[in-house]
Amino acid sequence: MENRSFKGWLYLLPAIAFLGLFMIYPLVDVFVYSFEEGYNSASQRYFGIGLYNYSYVLHDPYFMQAVKNTFILVIITVPVSTILALLISVGLSQIKPLKELYQTVFFLPYVTNTLAVGLVFMILFKKTAYSDGLVNLLINWFGGKSVDFIDGPYWAKMFVLCFYTVWIVMPFKILILTSALASVNQDYYNAARVDGTSKGRIFRKITLPMISPMIFYLVITGFIGAFKAYSDAVALFGTDLNSAGMNTIVGYVYDMLYGNSGGYPSYASAAAIILFAIVLTITVINLSVSRRNVTYK
Amino acid sequence: MKVVLEHLTKRFPNRNKGGADVIAVNDFDFEIPDGKLIGLLGPSGCGKSTTLNLISGLQKPSEGKIFFGDLDVTKLEPEHRGVGLVFQNYALYPHLTVEENIMFPLGNLRGKEKMTKQAMQEKALEAAKLVQIDQLMARKPSELSGGQQQRVAIARALVKTPRVLLLDEPLSNLDARLRLQTREELRRIQQETKVTTIFVTHDQEEAMSISDMIVVMSAGLVQQIGKPQDVYDDPKNLFVAKFLGTPPINVFKGFVTGGNLYIGEEAVLEVPGVPDQDVFVGIRPEGFILDPQGPLTLNLSGVEVMGRDITVISKHDFCENVQIRSIISAENTVDTGSSVVRFSLKPYKVHLFAADTEERIYFGSQKPLGNKLQA
Repeated sequence: MENRSFKGWLYLLPAIAFLGLFMIYPLVDVFVYSFEEGYNSASQRYFGIGLYNYSYVLHDPYFMQAVKNTFILVIITVPVSTILALLISVGLSQIKPLKELYQTVFFLPYVTNTLAVGLVFMILFKKTAYSDGLVNLLINWFGGKSVDFIDGPYWAKMFVLCFYTVWIVMPFKILILTSALASVNQDYYNAARVDGTSKGRIFRKITLPMISPMIFYLVITGFIGAFKAYSDAVALFGTDLNSAGMNTIVGYVYDMLYGNSGGYPSYASAAAIILFAIVLTITVINLSVSRRNVTYK
Repeated sequence: MKVVLEHLTKRFPNRNKGGADVIAVNDFDFEIPDGKLIGLLGPSGCGKSTTLNLISGLQKPSEGKIFFGDLDVTKLEPEHRGVGLVFQNYALYPHLTVEENIMFPLGNLRGKEKMTKQAMQEKALEAAKLVQIDQLMARKPSELSGGQQQRVAIARALVKTPRVLLLDEPLSNLDARLRLQTREELRRIQQETKVTTIFVTHDQEEAMSISDMIVVMSAGLVQQIGKPQDVYDDPKNLFVAKFLGTPPINVFKGFVTGGNLYIGEEAVLEVPGVPDQDVFVGIRPEGFILDPQGPLTLNLSGVEVMGRDITVISKHDFCENVQIRSIISAENTVDTGSSVVRFSLKPYKVHLFAADTEERIYFGSQKPLGNKLQA
């Protein structure tokens, strides 16, 4: 027995070594940095240990703006994208002609580069000296006034960011949900049909519970992904997110490390740990909610 | 509720463009009497499951009509037909308890028929008691054995008191022992509820043992309909003869000359009234009589003593079966040292079939179905 467990550890060693070196050590290190005040990575020195980094970050208006932005993004995009993806997947699973074509179309954004998509969104939404952008043309056509979505009011910018995020995360969700729907045994539907079950009841009582593990998976990863949003904002508003007022928490961490105002690994670490705490809390809440509502076979 | 099938036909378009349609069910004409248990029997791909789906309404026939009583249900959607359907894999909803599963069809009732939760629970309990699973109401399907799951499926199909109960291979997912027990159970439930029941099986023993009537199908065509024993004793063609019976019937190539049946060189039986022709000779395993002077000589390859009776295993050049199995009473003794064994034949256990059409040829006192066959 002793010998066998030794062998087991031996086989795990390469994986453990890599994980330890590239995941666990950096995580611990970030945690340590976040308490070292005024740490300088060049000189490897710091002044003292304490909670000052956290206090600084939490009193930084840029950080608070980033937290606000991130939360709005999460609260809007996770439910919207999941529900939309669910509707589209259900629709996809019910059509026969051109099904493959539609599936491909809906999956295209997933394989498209984020920045390229950002460029397209700029063309759609940006107001320049020559054009108000396609969306504004539409708004004008319906009798509305042009809005500057990229450099204009906060809600307009937030709208574009949410729109963009939903658009970019949906393909993966549709992919997962269509395959989840396809894997539900047709006999359940036939049984329900013979019993005269209405479409709505079939969806609520059979389809949803059957694919609930996948929905739950998408919600959890969706939350985590949305909390880590950064590149989407950059694609739309450029790298100086603080001045655009559209920074996210990860964006703030990046700025603290490498941005124009960068060079503060201690603050960056503290912000990263705060993000970690937020994501952890939300995930724990998700798990406890799901325990009641998700059925695994 | 009697069920009438009128010229029922189902065609599926060929997958290859321009190919001929696949006819799954071909001109099925049958009236199922009220309150009977009917077994649809045939090898896989013979159209029996399609027939069941047509009756349930999950598939629509290409031609023909279906009546429940006097009501034409051909164009009716499944939910309006009032059938209970038990699937081969039971299709129990895994996230619901046994009780919720049984109650599920009741929850679909709307308008005047809408039931209170309490009424539904009472109804579910009633159905559960009928199939003896009322102790398991709080469990999930995954916590039940195969046999219990099947009972839940039957209870769910029965809870709405269907006009017709349909079962698709109801016993195929059970182990051999449970199968024996469950088929008796199925019979009991059917007799208690008196609901017209149609079940599909590829297992002839299963169909024979519990059905009031069996329908033997092959390649979309109904081969024979009748009481199990009648069909066994009086097969209409070679397919039916081969399909029914364990061990299977022994089929020889033979010919008839001058009112005598020959297998190889040997005249094995007098078959008065049969014109000279080539035939297939089907002999049931119990149709052999051990007889040292018997006309049929077989090459002995072994003997299995089963206690009650003996199975003699032998070979013959003109036999289509790899082994010939003859079942004789254990009071006989077979000389296992000998290389041959000789039999005489019971005429009513010998069936002749035309070599070309494979249709039955009656001889002597044999008469078509309806009359009890005696030697």
